[in-house]
Amino acid sequence: MSFEVPTGREEAWRFTPLRRLRGLHGDAPFDLGKIVTAAKADPGVAVMHPHHGDLRNGSAFLPQDRVSARAFDSFEEATAVSVPAGLTASQPVMISLRGESAEHAAAAHTLVEVGANASAVVVLEYSGSATLADNVEFVVGEGASLSVVSLQDWDDDAVHLSHHAAVVGKDATFFHTAVSLGGSVVRLAPSVRYAGPGGNAELRGVYFADAGQHLEHRLFIDHNEPNCRSRVTYKGALQGNGAHAVWIGDVMIRPEATGTDSYEANRNLVLTDGTRVDSVPNLEISTGEVVRAGHASTSGRLEDEYLFYLMARGISALEARRLVIRGFFGELVGQLAVPELADQVMTAIGGKLEKGLS
Amino acid sequence: MSTLEIRDLHVSVAGQGDEAREILRGVDLTVDSAQTHAIMGPNGSGKSTLAYSIAGHPKYQVTSGAITLDGEDVLAMSVDARARAGLFLAMQYPVEVPGVTVSNFLRTAVTAVRGEAPKLREFVKELNGTMKGLSIDPVFAQRNLNEGFSGGEKKRHEILQLQLLNPKIAILDETDSGLDIDALKVVSAGINAYREVPGHGVLLITHYTRILRYVRPDFVHVFVGGRIVEEGGPELAEELEANGYERFLPAEVMS
Repeated sequence: MSFEVPTGREEAWRFTPLRRLRGLHGDAPFDLGKIVTAAKADPGVAVMHPHHGDLRNGSAFLPQDRVSARAFDSFEEATAVSVPAGLTASQPVMISLRGESAEHAAAAHTLVEVGANASAVVVLEYSGSATLADNVEFVVGEGASLSVVSLQDWDDDAVHLSHHAAVVGKDATFFHTAVSLGGSVVRLAPSVRYAGPGGNAELRGVYFADAGQHLEHRLFIDHNEPNCRSRVTYKGALQGNGAHAVWIGDVMIRPEATGTDSYEANRNLVLTDGTRVDSVPNLEISTGEVVRAGHASTSGRLEDEYLFYLMARGISALEARRLVIRGFFGELVGQLAVPELADQVMTAIGGKLEKGLS
Repeated sequence: MSTLEIRDLHVSVAGQGDEAREILRGVDLTVDSAQTHAIMGPNGSGKSTLAYSIAGHPKYQVTSGAITLDGEDVLAMSVDARARAGLFLAMQYPVEVPGVTVSNFLRTAVTAVRGEAPKLREFVKELNGTMKGLSIDPVFAQRNLNEGFSGGEKKRHEILQLQLLNPKIAILDETDSGLDIDALKVVSAGINAYREVPGHGVLLITHYTRILRYVRPDFVHVFVGGRIVEEGGPELAEELEANGYERFLPAEVMS
């Protein structure tokens, strides 16, 4: 499959600052960049590092754009995690992708398979400095349950373009939470399709764009099986000149997907002038027999009235903002599959807020 | 003993376009702790503007005049500093704050005003006791601040904050509006409990005399056209009850 170099006029690329991608969307070679990957898991969970050619059947992954296709062609060694059927992993599987320099482009591939009726929590942590294109595949077996937390905790100069593609089995559950805080440009595209009826997918996101940061999340839920459920809830805050958040929520309900229950929402809290939000829900319904299909998108200023009310009770401006923002993100962060991460994320959000006010 | 002094206060708000509209046109008022002052006036007379100007709402621009609390320049203070200095505004329309629980909010506010965090156990005890006194169901502590509260519940929570934050001077902006008689009695009893403590003054802003039967004022000020036009004792409220505001209004408004 070949994809043309995007020009920025394409629907899929029109919000992305191509000039800042360091050629990831063009022809930047991947052979010099380096990403250090590490994985830690229960003894019962298999972690392997297959070379490019050895990834089983080349996996079921189908790249949907040029960056993803180039990364899939170019990665040298994948990280493959396999949770055997019936196993409930007692510890979260920790996968770390750490960049050492943003100078050269790097490619990576991660595969997480959860066998039938197995259950696991996987934490993906992206950190350091990098120019990275990567793909992550999740294959959730029949009746299985997988909760993923993906932390985009990059240094300021990182550029990261990523696809997280899940196939959710019959009666399986897939939770995915993206937490995007760091990096210069992060473009993450989580997608879900179903391998049988009764699947349940919940995709959540928390992002906080500072001055100059471009944080883009492009979701695609492909309701290709009957009686499946999907929920998408993304919440973001923006502050500072040039902070840009993009949220695209594509939901397709195919003719065969009767009994679909789908809802997606994106909320943005604008903290200062000079920021930009593009929030675009797209719902395409090809069957009349749905349980629910809806979307909501709101972007608003941190209300002056909230701040006045809290400050009129003696609470300082910073503390008042912190309270309101903690409240805004609290629902999502509180549900993170790894509770210790909740504190870490809230602390990071508090740090950003403080930086923005200073 | 504390004193809130307002001298020749002029306040404007940004109107349609760029034009500022003057709402307060020279207000003079002194409220000592241990006193209760009622400000009464028709809608649109500027009563709430006075309340919000004392609290420091950014929408209102003080163009001249002074506000001091025990000689300190209130106008030079930020909104939160005014609250910490001992001023409190019970709002007519308390704001709903999603995701922030009543208990978290109150503990944060109490910490800010008292200058140190109360011990959690003691605070919970204090909160529960104060809520009970105002007939507030304890489950409200875990609800989001004002979210989905009825009008009466919001007003009770304003008085709950008043009692916990224990200010020197409380400004109550139409705290009686939208209350049924039972809620009015509970809220009035809460205000009276606050008033009974030495060193507490009240500036009660209201359109109606109803609440004054439960919270007896020492002084009544009639507020019309952005200023105080008449002052007296509680008997003035009774006169207003009987005759309304008509004799204070300019002739053209009457027609």
